[in-house]
Amino acid sequence: MTTDHIAIRVEDLGKRYHIGTSMIKYRTLRETLSESFRTNRQFTKQDEDTIWALRHITFEVKQGQVLGVIGRNGAGKSTLLKILSRVTEPTEGLAEIHGRVGSLLEVGTGFHPELTGRENISLNGAILGMRRAEIERKFDEIVAFAEVEKFIDTPVKRYSSGMYLRLAFAVAAHLEPEILVVDEVLAVGDAEFQRKCLGKMSDVAKEGRTVLFVSHNMSAILRLTEETLVIDKGNLLLRAPSSEAIDFYLSHGLTQEGQKIWAKDEIPSNAHPFNPIAIRILNMTGKIMDTVRSVDPFMIEIEYELKESITGLRVGIYLVSARGEFVFTSFDTDELSQYERFAQRPAGRYISRCTIPANLLNEGRFMIGVNASSYKIRRYFQDEQALVFNVDPAGAPGMQWPEKRLGFIRPLLKWVIEENH
Amino acid sequence: MATKTESRAIIIRPSQGWAALNLKDLWVYRELVYFMTWRDLKVRYKQTLLGASWAILQPFLTMVVFSIFFGELAKVPSDNVPYPIFSYTALLPWILFSKALQDASKSLVSSSHMITKVYFPRIILPLASILAGLVDFIIAFLVLLGMMWYYRIVPTPNIWTLPLFILLALTTAIGVGLWLSALNVLYRDINYATHFITQFWLFITPIAYPASMVPEQWKLVYALNPMAGVVEGFRWALLGSSDPPGLTLGVSVVVALFLLISGLFYFKRMERLFADMV
Repeated sequence: MTTDHIAIRVEDLGKRYHIGTSMIKYRTLRETLSESFRTNRQFTKQDEDTIWALRHITFEVKQGQVLGVIGRNGAGKSTLLKILSRVTEPTEGLAEIHGRVGSLLEVGTGFHPELTGRENISLNGAILGMRRAEIERKFDEIVAFAEVEKFIDTPVKRYSSGMYLRLAFAVAAHLEPEILVVDEVLAVGDAEFQRKCLGKMSDVAKEGRTVLFVSHNMSAILRLTEETLVIDKGNLLLRAPSSEAIDFYLSHGLTQEGQKIWAKDEIPSNAHPFNPIAIRILNMTGKIMDTVRSVDPFMIEIEYELKESITGLRVGIYLVSARGEFVFTSFDTDELSQYERFAQRPAGRYISRCTIPANLLNEGRFMIGVNASSYKIRRYFQDEQALVFNVDPAGAPGMQWPEKRLGFIRPLLKWVIEENH
Repeated sequence: MATKTESRAIIIRPSQGWAALNLKDLWVYRELVYFMTWRDLKVRYKQTLLGASWAILQPFLTMVVFSIFFGELAKVPSDNVPYPIFSYTALLPWILFSKALQDASKSLVSSSHMITKVYFPRIILPLASILAGLVDFIIAFLVLLGMMWYYRIVPTPNIWTLPLFILLALTTAIGVGLWLSALNVLYRDINYATHFITQFWLFITPIAYPASMVPEQWKLVYALNPMAGVVEGFRWALLGSSDPPGLTLGVSVVVALFLLISGLFYFKRMERLFADMV
């Protein structure tokens, strides 16, 4: 193996966004003209707000290495991938790439609904940098992989979404780049499709090609990568063996928000007198988290205000899997004693907090929905997708076998093994 | 394998100021130019009711209207050529040019999903949309040959120069198209400006009237519009009705080259911002 060869070398890489350009996006000519008349441009240039999405990033990836990248949303992971795949330019520093870069976030780029499957394969291949001869050589393979033989001369607008994705993925997967970039966060599609993406990724890695894998899924990072970069606020905090990096990431509260604060326009006017404020996921020391460990207990709290007193109010949560199946429902007045004590809730500010016990949830992504209602009288407020969080299986029962366990819950059960000799 | 990948090392670093033109990259991606042109054509004709006949209808109907109002009613002189042929010959390169401007100026914004996800030389997008117009041009040109047969007009021996005038029209279109497409990413009101520019440009180009109407002392100023040179060249090469190209054509070529080169550099300079702004 050519392990000594460098595939990617990044040196002091930085990317600065002007808030004016990245947030407001495009402007009209009139705005620019009137601004340039009103103000002296030399001064505004200095004062303009800028954000370093990435700064002082230095690392190397050897050929054939699979490197994980973790960090919360907005940490700069996607910016890094965009720079390495030459979509956007760095503001400072330098990156050296040896070989063709392919990425699984480009799936379906340039697909046109009016064109047939056959035409889209040619076009998409060309956009991804394949030569015409190369596309022709791999054409049959791509069609077979996507299982769309029968529909190859049908416009893709008539494809089911599954077929569309399979075809798009097949083209990207047959690009055979020397360096593969995967942004799991951006990957679309159902669980089956994501599984296919991950499968393809480990194939690529086994063939000795270089992979850069960005994910929020800690168990996938653990399974697929040896080393991982931890990025936060545009800085490279740590490069370490993946288990160590994940430990660092989870224990330093670097996970993403884990909190939702409802904006005024998200609250329907008929919610009155119930006024939701925020929902949070906290670890047992009260720190807001978005990724919790399966083996640790954690808390979910809903903060709200009652403008008037409400009779028979119950505030609760739905826990829903990433695929939309209900895991459980629970209300703050489930317990009879609570129910009697809070039969009437006077106006004021409240927090309803529950504890999710250790060893309950399996690894994966879950959604919390919120419901505030009085049984058979009125529903004041409902937000089915208030918050998303991840459960990490590190140390969970059965982790000696690094396979994905089926099911939403992962209880630690007391097993007895009777021996009869 | 190691040596092969070694030779392909790509260095990514901030480009400074007026970046050097990376035309080598365009060569590497030359097949994409073909594919994007082909896509533009295919999609255009699949989504329209009349398909490729639009390529004929647009210049032909314009010619009919021009012939009635300018030729018959206003009695605009047409250098002793039947007015329909006189105007249709001019409308061909004009429609190639005006469509190119309109399609090119929209090309980047309408492909934003590609720009934000994959690297390829962005210049391919306006280029392909301009080249797609060439096919329309060829179809409409066949109609011109039919009309010339009908009016018993034999092309002059200078017809071999026609591709050069087409090239001049394309050079101008690419130059202006690059400016407009890049500006359109930064300022969305360029779209309105494009409509205005093409309308305005139509009047300063000798399409409905002969260039011979322009007073002699203004000829050189008039030639600053490269499309005037193109249209006059078309009439000279096909109908033999205009003056042979001279100093005015030279002025047109210089202006077209200036537009092309400045367009290339402006586009290149703005290219790095596209993914962040589009």
